[in-house]
Amino acid sequence: MFGFLLRRLAVLIPTFIGVSIIAFSFIRLLPGDPVALLSGERVMSPERHAQISAQLGMDRPMIVQYFDYLGGVLTGDFGTSIVSKKPVLDQFLTLFPATVELSFCAIIIAIALGIPAGVIAAIKRGSIFDQGLMGIALVGYSMPIFWWGLLLIILFSGTLQWFPVSGRISLMFYFPQVTGFMLIDSLISGQKGAFASALSHLVLPSIVLATIPLAVIARQTRSAMLEVLSEDYVRTARAKGLSPFRVVGIHALRNAMIPVITTVGLQVGVMLAGAILTETIFSWPGIGKWILDSVFRRDYAVIQGGLLLIAAIIMTVNLIVDLLYGLVNPRIRH
Amino acid sequence: MKRVLTLAAAALLSATFFAGAASAKTFVYCSEGSPEGFDPGLYTAGTTFDASAHPIFNRLLEFKPGTTQPEAGLAESWEISADGTVYTFKLRKGVKFQTTDFFTPTRELNADDVIFSIGRQIDEKNAWNKYISGGTWEYADGMGFPKLIKSIEKVDDLTVKVTLNRPEAPFLANLAMPFASILSKEYADSLEKDGKKEQLNQNPVGTGPFTFVAYQQDAIIRYKKNADYWGTAPKIDDLVFAITSDAAVRYQKLKAGECHLMPFPNAADVESMKSDPNLEVLEQEGLNIAYLAYNTTQAPFDKPEVRIALNKAINKKAIVDAVFQGMATPATNPIPPTMWSYNNETKDDTYDLDAAKKMLADAGVKDLSMKIWAMPVSRPYMLNARRAAEIMQDDFAKIGVKVEIVSYEWAEYLSRSKAKDRDGAAILGWTGDNGDPDNFLDTLLGCDAVGGNNRAQWCNQEFDALVKKAKVTSDQAERTKLYEQAQAVFKKDAPWATIDHSLAVVPMRKGVTGFTQSPLGDFTFEAVDIAE
Repeated sequence: MFGFLLRRLAVLIPTFIGVSIIAFSFIRLLPGDPVALLSGERVMSPERHAQISAQLGMDRPMIVQYFDYLGGVLTGDFGTSIVSKKPVLDQFLTLFPATVELSFCAIIIAIALGIPAGVIAAIKRGSIFDQGLMGIALVGYSMPIFWWGLLLIILFSGTLQWFPVSGRISLMFYFPQVTGFMLIDSLISGQKGAFASALSHLVLPSIVLATIPLAVIARQTRSAMLEVLSEDYVRTARAKGLSPFRVVGIHALRNAMIPVITTVGLQVGVMLAGAILTETIFSWPGIGKWILDSVFRRDYAVIQGGLLLIAAIIMTVNLIVDLLYGLVNPRIRH
Repeated sequence: MKRVLTLAAAALLSATFFAGAASAKTFVYCSEGSPEGFDPGLYTAGTTFDASAHPIFNRLLEFKPGTTQPEAGLAESWEISADGTVYTFKLRKGVKFQTTDFFTPTRELNADDVIFSIGRQIDEKNAWNKYISGGTWEYADGMGFPKLIKSIEKVDDLTVKVTLNRPEAPFLANLAMPFASILSKEYADSLEKDGKKEQLNQNPVGTGPFTFVAYQQDAIIRYKKNADYWGTAPKIDDLVFAITSDAAVRYQKLKAGECHLMPFPNAADVESMKSDPNLEVLEQEGLNIAYLAYNTTQAPFDKPEVRIALNKAINKKAIVDAVFQGMATPATNPIPPTMWSYNNETKDDTYDLDAAKKMLADAGVKDLSMKIWAMPVSRPYMLNARRAAEIMQDDFAKIGVKVEIVSYEWAEYLSRSKAKDRDGAAILGWTGDNGDPDNFLDTLLGCDAVGGNNRAQWCNQEFDALVKKAKVTSDQAERTKLYEQAQAVFKKDAPWATIDHSLAVVPMRKGVTGFTQSPLGDFTFEAVDIAE
């Protein structure tokens, strides 16, 4: 197992360097000069432009800038935002818990609903339930997040007023951030109603962010289950007279879970991409919204630092999935 | 299971109820974005100023609410030397800086604070000039302060003398701008001593109506009433900025009572806002202009008659209706009607395709093909430049002019559109900084701005002499005459097609009182109140 871990880690290092090169160079290939954007319509004199470029270190050759950047990253310095003038890592660490909280709730919803839905659809293959469920999953998968989010806000917040429109907690609650996770911080604060408020703020964005992964997981579970249900050992189990619950729940589902685990792991990346739009529409102060704003402002330091940190997280999650996979199926370790 | 679901739903509903109930006298503003920081000198965005300069700080002069007229602020009076180069400011006595969790002031405002606040922006050798990595003083630089100001001296504790290198009539208005906010030198010194200089941009201390409490990035900014405020005390106890970047979501929050006031609604939502019995919609002409700048150095656009002919073929009313749903007015002069010295005598080029066609033929122009540059972004003065360009394209086709619409990424657009050899006419605009006509006429059309802000590359000696003279004239009546003449010269020579001045629309909950729209587009809450 240790050798397996080392081999996986060895692959991660070149991947990380590759991501750093892509993150660094692609933004610079985009048109748009971040220095010029600092003054908007107000034209900056060429001397002033040169002065600020030098101040930001942008007047040096790109290769020098890259190695300088990489050197910084290896020592934990991800640069300073051109706009807010704050260290990128500090901002990331401040905002990341909000994204994790939202993504975690969304993945829980996706798993809790997606797996049973897929299993039932597989068992009742060809039925109205199966066709209806897979139809809904296809719609969910194709739903533009921005539109879907706005629709839920208009219905559940604007018209029915069941849930708050946006934000992480009601403005009447104010307590210092301890963990950055609002559900935990609201409990720690001891303020009456704070936890319920934080929870109610999570509902709509979690549903929106869960929609695509839910559809994917449901479809993946269904097809994995169908495959497993036609295996000989399932037939044997049935022939032995085991109850349908044991056949499906114990024998079939466990084996069907292997590709589903992989899918769930891959959804973490999808989730972080979806978070960009979900966070924007629900004014959720996470890293997705932060990076999107930075793209518009050509804040190189934030974009490259943010991308690199996200890539590192996705790689770590995939590593964990690989290890889990190895645990579930020892043959994979070799 | 059913019971669990019912309980969960009840918990969520009660949370929603709590969320809707605001504590007494807490005013919630659904702001459109996050401030870049809290030191106003470092930034240029209105969003940042609304969160920093206006609630937390004051300036030597302040714009009188609802106008662009500077009046006494931290300076209670001032004298200007006969040659217009020496300004002596008498500071208000007894002005206290805010006491916060992170700083307790031991002295009141004095001349050192003024010298510190302005000096750091104009003197590269000042210890606070580069106090933050990558920090630049864009506005002070853009308004020419480093070259304009010769010295700032302390005469006594409450008297400051500013000497200029040349007379500059808009100087007082410039001092009322957010970048010229006055910070506490005592606080800066304490941060320097603790080795935490960058905190000046994160934990602000000023003399303004509200004291900074906390900022949660991209989420909330909290302020409380400044109990020691030298001016009229705010009527609300707490001010909260709920950062909500999407206009449609801001509207939903306003409707649900989660905020009291919001900026920048979608034009398409304004009608439904007006019909909502719980909302009130304020409107005011913005201090802005959108224009189509010809490249006046390029044939055939170097001929005024060709430019005027094209201007006659632009249906401004159609643009205002299609792009702004009526939330704008067609522009005649290069400055908005709300600005002093606006020339009411100017006649706009009437939309007349036949006359346009004839003028082009008379000028010997046949089979003209041209480019129209359309901005890729929405700005307050032009919400959809491509749509506007398409309307022009359609009309120009009717007079035999073929138009190709081009666009670039925003920063590229800004950079390429200023090139002297730019091919085609570019749509762009401007929002006034200080309410002074000089900030439009000389900044955008003066000969010094060719190759820069002067996108028409238009250098008309008569116009330039008028605006340059107005710049060094102190008497406002005299300046008004000069600017009126300059506008007449502009219209005759037509370097731009003036397109529109957009309306600033502010929806708010009924029961909000004391909010005054600023022609400069600022959002200030020092006088607001809410019905309990």
